[in-house]
Amino acid sequence: MSTNLDTIRDLAQQEYKWGFITDIEEERIPKGLSEDVIRLISTKKQEPEFMLEWRLKAYRHWAALEKAEAEPKWANVHYPAIDYQNIVYYSAPKQKVKLESLDQLDPEILRTYEKLGIPLQEQKMLAGVAVDAVFDSVSVATTFKGKLAELGIIFCSFSEAVRNHPELVKKYLGSVVPYTDNFFAALNAAVFSDGSFVYVPKGVRCPMELSTYFRINAAETGQFERTLIVADEGASVSYLEGCTAPIRDENQLHAAVVELVALDNAQIKYSTVQNWYPGDKQGKGGIYNFVTKRGKCAGVNYKISWTQVETGSAITWKYPSCILQGDNSVGEFYSVALTNNYQQADTGTKMIHIGKNTRSTIVSKGISAGHGQNTYRGQVKILKGAQGARNYTQCDSLLIGDKCGAHTFPYIEVRNSSARMEHEASTSKIGEDQMFYLRQRGLKAEDAVSMIVNGFCKRVFRELPMEFAVEAQKLLSVSLEGSVG
Amino acid sequence: MSLLEIKNLHVKVDNHEILKGIDLTVNAGEVHSIMGPNGSGKSTLAQVLARREAYDVTEGQIIYNGKDLLEMKAEDAACEGVFLAFQYPVEIPGIGNAYFMRSALNAIRKYHGLDEMDAMDFLPLFKEKLKLLEMDEKLLNRSVNEGFSGGEKKRNEILQMALLEPKLAVLDETDSGLDIDALRIVAKGVNTLRGPERAMIVVTHYQRLLNYIVPDFVHVLVNGRIVRSGGPELALELEETGYAVPA
Repeated sequence: MSTNLDTIRDLAQQEYKWGFITDIEEERIPKGLSEDVIRLISTKKQEPEFMLEWRLKAYRHWAALEKAEAEPKWANVHYPAIDYQNIVYYSAPKQKVKLESLDQLDPEILRTYEKLGIPLQEQKMLAGVAVDAVFDSVSVATTFKGKLAELGIIFCSFSEAVRNHPELVKKYLGSVVPYTDNFFAALNAAVFSDGSFVYVPKGVRCPMELSTYFRINAAETGQFERTLIVADEGASVSYLEGCTAPIRDENQLHAAVVELVALDNAQIKYSTVQNWYPGDKQGKGGIYNFVTKRGKCAGVNYKISWTQVETGSAITWKYPSCILQGDNSVGEFYSVALTNNYQQADTGTKMIHIGKNTRSTIVSKGISAGHGQNTYRGQVKILKGAQGARNYTQCDSLLIGDKCGAHTFPYIEVRNSSARMEHEASTSKIGEDQMFYLRQRGLKAEDAVSMIVNGFCKRVFRELPMEFAVEAQKLLSVSLEGSVG
Repeated sequence: MSLLEIKNLHVKVDNHEILKGIDLTVNAGEVHSIMGPNGSGKSTLAQVLARREAYDVTEGQIIYNGKDLLEMKAEDAACEGVFLAFQYPVEIPGIGNAYFMRSALNAIRKYHGLDEMDAMDFLPLFKEKLKLLEMDEKLLNRSVNEGFSGGEKKRNEILQMALLEPKLAVLDETDSGLDIDALRIVAKGVNTLRGPERAMIVVTHYQRLLNYIVPDFVHVLVNGRIVRSGGPELALELEETGYAVPA
């Protein structure tokens, strides 16, 4: 009996492979948060006045919330109180001159991305994927910008967008996730340092995957990126983000905001492979991943699809959601969340059906191993006017070992009697009988675990772009290694 | 040299002695049937041969193909040619049947230093075996055993056996839950695999199966011991008299 369990345990305890630290000169501001810090960040980023104003409003809102101790506590996660004055809110690799091309980028940073398997040199790039790379607080390089520009597609760092396309930023920033939305969204709005910006013009189908790679390097630094994707009428785009961070003993805060805006007949597919440092086997260190993601459209016939593979972070608090405002619009959420060792995840989605004949699909696969705690929290809301709305929810949990937990909190609210709702849920365990069956056919124990888990996640992996599906499978095998405690 | 030699095998499960000194010799080319009442230890013997670890061998030895079987892990025994057709095959959701079987075949090929077989080479082989078991091609991509009927699961076991071509096949109550047509098909599959290089141990309650798979030897297992051994005629006699130990 013990061989199965031992192998799974060994597997689960594989080391985090992305935990190295890049030795680079960084420019950082002192710890703490105040209006002066906000002004400093805005100045460093040479922002127009409207941005500073927005940041300050957000800061004042957040400060009031903080004073009222309104940090959300309803999630099924536990962590010591965060001291928001003990965080560095801006850190950037020091660049001596303004970058004209990738050749001028600090070779240390280039090497970091190469180690992570993200070559930034365009000639080395896999055809079909354009990458924006965010290192600590700033975007260091965006590839294929020229090629995309020919189609009128804007893909750049958020800071650049603020400087070069202020009218677009002004129009859409905060239109889906206002700074008043929640505690962490307010904090992000006040201090966000960079992120990606995408605009796909009317009728244009983006010919390649757009991808942003986020890397936290500096110690005691929060990362607060903000991503805004706008698909104009009839446009479509597929976007992928990946994340890693070095191994550090302290917990680091990552509070990001992603806003998706899809106009009439537009489609946005947003995929995440989140692999922030999860902490060590005893639960020391790791990233607090408190993220607000939402997509919205006032148009008709649009589609927003979220796919996430969440394997990293000490704590994940994240609910990529869709506001289905336009008639016939479609929202999808496909999620794999894995918690191992002492990781905690409280994740799910919100589907708000406002328009007629709106449809949503939710497929959530939670895997808990070690002492991991995995919570699915989802809300499906059918408003009065949402005639003919439909939702399908499938929510499965897989337990590996006997010290982990799976929890499910589905909230369903229906105010229109023509709505059709389906909800399926299951909880299962990787059984000794499944393991024995596969091993009896010649498969090694670790291959057996990975086969069972990949089978469990198949419905979600199928939604990922091909090359990322392969990466996600590998990542899962590595992170999993540590299944039965 | 015998393919399998079991000497004085004692096995405990949850501190309870199930097998109390089994001796059994099986040569390549032979088919042995193990019969006996419920709880006599038949399935335990099958699982121990397949190296399930929950079973605690307290005494005795098993020499398989000149090697100590009890030193092998389940996957090593499988790669060395031991195959168990499960009484209750488990479901593996999300993993296609063909993909699973190719993975198993390749794990064994790799163990023997052979190149892995790609999907293009595997497919015709797989289809040929499907035909042998009179199985629908739709089973190609369905998840392993998921939504299969009882009979389909059992056929799927024999399909795997046909693909993996083991040296020693242990069939654990393969006949249970089969209707007469399915039984005939399964038996045909098994009989096709009989050969001078391969031995089989057929565990069953009922003589019925042995009308289709005619064994060379029949052993009666009662209360953890083999109480009688004989030729195929013994099975017929048991059908008449039951498993009561003769005085």
